[in-house]
Amino acid sequence: MPAVMTPGAPPISGDTVYVQPKKRGRVAYWLLLPGMLWLFIFFVIPLFSLFVTSLQEPLGATPSAGYGPGFRFANYTDALTTYTPEFIRSFVYAGLATVLCLVISFPLAYFIAFKAGRWRNILLVLVVAPFFCSFLIRTYAWKTILADDGFITSFFNALNVLPDDRILATPIAVVFGLTYNFLPFMVLPLYASLERIDPRLIEAAADLYAKPWTGLRKVTVPLAMPGIVAGTLLTFIPSAGDFINSALLGSPRTRMVGNVIESQFSRDAYPTAAALSFSLMAVILVFVFVYIRRAGTEELV
Amino acid sequence: MAKKSVSTGNVEDLHLVQLVKEYGQSRAVDDLSLTIPAGSFFALLGPSGCGKTTTLRMVAGLEDPTSGRVLVGDEDVTMKRPYERPVNTVFQNYALFPHLNIEDNVAFGLKRRKEKDIGPKVADMLELVELTPMARRKPSQLSGGQQQRVAVARALINRPDVLLLDEPLGALDLKLRRQMQIELKRIQVEVGTTFVHVTHDQEEAMTMADTVAVMNQGRIEQMGSPEEIYELPRTAFVANFLGQSNLVSAKVVDRDGDRIVVDAHGSRWAMPTGRSVQTEGSVILGVRPEKLRVERAGGGTRSDGNVNAVNGIITDVSFVGVSTQYMVITEWGQELIAFEQNMASGDRLRTGDDVSLSWEVQHCFGLSGDDSVDAGVGGEILGVGLRPGHGASANATGE
Amino acid sequence: MAIDAVAREQEVPSPQPPEIETGRLPLYYRASHWVRSHLVAVFAILALVYLFVPIAVVILFSFNSVGANGRGSTAWQGFSTDAWTNICVDPNICRAVGTSLQIGLFATIGGVILGTLISFALVRHRFRGRQTTNLTIFLPMATPEVVMGSSLLALFLNTQIPLGFATVLIAHIMFTISFVVVTVKARLAVLDPRLEQAAMDLYADEKQTFRYVTLPLVAPGIAAAALLAFSLSFDDFIITYFNKGPSVTTFPVYVWSAAARGVPPQVNVIGSLMFFGALALVVIAQLAGRVRRR
Repeated sequence: MPAVMTPGAPPISGDTVYVQPKKRGRVAYWLLLPGMLWLFIFFVIPLFSLFVTSLQEPLGATPSAGYGPGFRFANYTDALTTYTPEFIRSFVYAGLATVLCLVISFPLAYFIAFKAGRWRNILLVLVVAPFFCSFLIRTYAWKTILADDGFITSFFNALNVLPDDRILATPIAVVFGLTYNFLPFMVLPLYASLERIDPRLIEAAADLYAKPWTGLRKVTVPLAMPGIVAGTLLTFIPSAGDFINSALLGSPRTRMVGNVIESQFSRDAYPTAAALSFSLMAVILVFVFVYIRRAGTEELV
Repeated sequence: MAKKSVSTGNVEDLHLVQLVKEYGQSRAVDDLSLTIPAGSFFALLGPSGCGKTTTLRMVAGLEDPTSGRVLVGDEDVTMKRPYERPVNTVFQNYALFPHLNIEDNVAFGLKRRKEKDIGPKVADMLELVELTPMARRKPSQLSGGQQQRVAVARALINRPDVLLLDEPLGALDLKLRRQMQIELKRIQVEVGTTFVHVTHDQEEAMTMADTVAVMNQGRIEQMGSPEEIYELPRTAFVANFLGQSNLVSAKVVDRDGDRIVVDAHGSRWAMPTGRSVQTEGSVILGVRPEKLRVERAGGGTRSDGNVNAVNGIITDVSFVGVSTQYMVITEWGQELIAFEQNMASGDRLRTGDDVSLSWEVQHCFGLSGDDSVDAGVGGEILGVGLRPGHGASANATGE
Repeated sequence: MAIDAVAREQEVPSPQPPEIETGRLPLYYRASHWVRSHLVAVFAILALVYLFVPIAVVILFSFNSVGANGRGSTAWQGFSTDAWTNICVDPNICRAVGTSLQIGLFATIGGVILGTLISFALVRHRFRGRQTTNLTIFLPMATPEVVMGSSLLALFLNTQIPLGFATVLIAHIMFTISFVVVTVKARLAVLDPRLEQAAMDLYADEKQTFRYVTLPLVAPGIAAAALLAFSLSFDDFIITYFNKGPSVTTFPVYVWSAAARGVPPQVNVIGSLMFFGALALVVIAQLAGRVRRR
């Protein structure tokens, strides 16, 4: 969770969390008022706005004629049927990126949690550091790295594994970029969970005849579940709505729902864009709900 | 893959052969050789940092020795991974899997080894440790004592050749600890497995074990039955670590049949030759506080054939209910401790009284003059001044 | 009885160990053990390399010389420090950075204040509606930026609020609040309430306790939250893009529009500066923390 992302913040685990004597009275409401009001007006209400926009009726033949209030639910069916491939593609890419991210991040988080000793803080800073350099710039850098005449592409070409003889403008690059962007979001929650695990538990598993992989499966992973759930959600959700990676590293064939929403908005086709946006949110919410239920953890904040 | 060691069901001897564990320049375990006979309850006793836990972990396979070998029966298990050894561990803080309930915790080892009839075996084991109603609970819902029993059950159910216990009673309060000591002993006798118990609590070691080995700085100082090592320590460390001792520097001046005569700051005392490590040169004469009799000076007891005596002045008296502790300062300025059971009333001795301390010749022991009289004196307990009563732990913390 | 025992050798129980070689463990074993215990390290380092390759490229390409057409490119065109010495050769870049800095500053101030107030309420007070409050705070972190950006845009469109600096700032404050809350809350939760009780025992009233005890102790958390809020704001693209209107250009927006034509090396210069600057800040914070603790 972002709290552990911040350098300089104390580790959540390892310090005692004190049961605070909670004060009663109305001070709480005054403290909450400004922030919650802000969130209400600028987060909650906009969602309603979005919904309202998504139901608007066209006032003319083209988007430039504008839109008026209405209840055109057909906006949804139109948008979803027209852009089904993009929708599905978004979730596929996001899913792949999340899995890849998990696989790459787990050893790193494991290392920092169990084997880093006094290098731990430095490593955590190193994990977070790239985050400070604008993510657009970093994604753009991948364009350089994965360029057609670049070292990496040439290498894989020599092995004849690339279907299109290039990496850029293919789904590979997009998924790769997505994976990259969210690594810190995966590493940190994983680390926070792993760090809480008493290493003796892993030793006990070995003592009780569990081979290393078995120990990982039966002891480490179940105990790291809260971190895994948090990390996968923090990766999947933004990935599903991303359009930057697809725009910079992909091609029209890799368009995701985010790209469509963006282009529709820039063409003033607000209802379609809003319908897509709202649907994306709805699907994600459903997914998150089901996922959390299945993974069995409720404590995320 | 290395061949798995399956416990043969016959309990085996455990051999540690010249085990060394180095960390950089220092040796945590220094050429330790030991044979623990099958079926015995063996205690490895020592202060924190003496290497006892490291030794245990090497037996379990959780550490690799720098050199030396570990054998279970005839089989060299040194290069086997922990899950390949017929050895199980009860960890210091139990290490129960928090995400599994008690049943699953206990069944863990059996499942990994794909044994049959796991259900009945788990049920039997839970009955053995009297935790049957807790089977579906999670470890966090159990008390410390109950968790401890689960840890034991989880290890024992696999019928290991050797069960290792790493200070398992450290976290329990006194009363519970005593209870568990009896429990564990009972279980060991009933099941017949070799138990190797690591502890810093000398009372625990002496109560439970058949054989105790006292470790210091990576080496075994002395090993034997609790009575042997208590009544006849061979080094100052052992003398001070187990209970308390009065250690006086002396020189051997005469030998008389089966006795030697030593001179300690002017007093002449006798000691059986068999009870001294050294029979010439400088020695340290030791006698335990409970063996000393305290009487008013001039009461007629002086050193004669069967009794050694010395005069002194009481500097402190502590009434501890069961006994009274006296600190007595001798002519040469050394403070000795004496414990007397409170048997008779009347004529209580007080600070400042002149007294004579005496003990039977058979009760003292001799140590090498090269030993330091302070070796093994408790880290937490002050060097001078009254120490806790007879039988209490000399050291407070564990590893 | 042991007291009368004659001294004897250490009693060795009768079974003797079999004769075996007891030197160091064989090489094959030690080697495989070394590999086994360092396997994780290898993967960890690979992951770190993966993390840093683009950064290295960014830094490297900040020294890229601009091609003949005056545009940046993804191809290396020769070493030059021009970009570093002439950062504002295209005034748009510097203006964009300036805008981002401004927005970042105000958004941080706004987000930190609002978020810290909420944190105190959450940790220290009892109130009704805790579940809803937590949900409302948590939800923005779980919402894709496209949705947040587009919904805000919908709001502004429907209420006919003109898009510009203000709308961007509003959006930024909105999404930083959640992160500030999580960060400060974590710091507050590990604050021992007995410290404040001790202060009051020593004649400090509520205000003084807050000023001299609570605030200094929460300060690191607030500082961390501020740093986080600033980074999120400076780096934000999607939400900004949707709500900026025609006249506002933040740095990420500039990069996005430049990406089509070719990103000039100055952008990489700024990226490198950001990286090193933030790194330095974090290192200083860590060192300061260590010194303080000592």
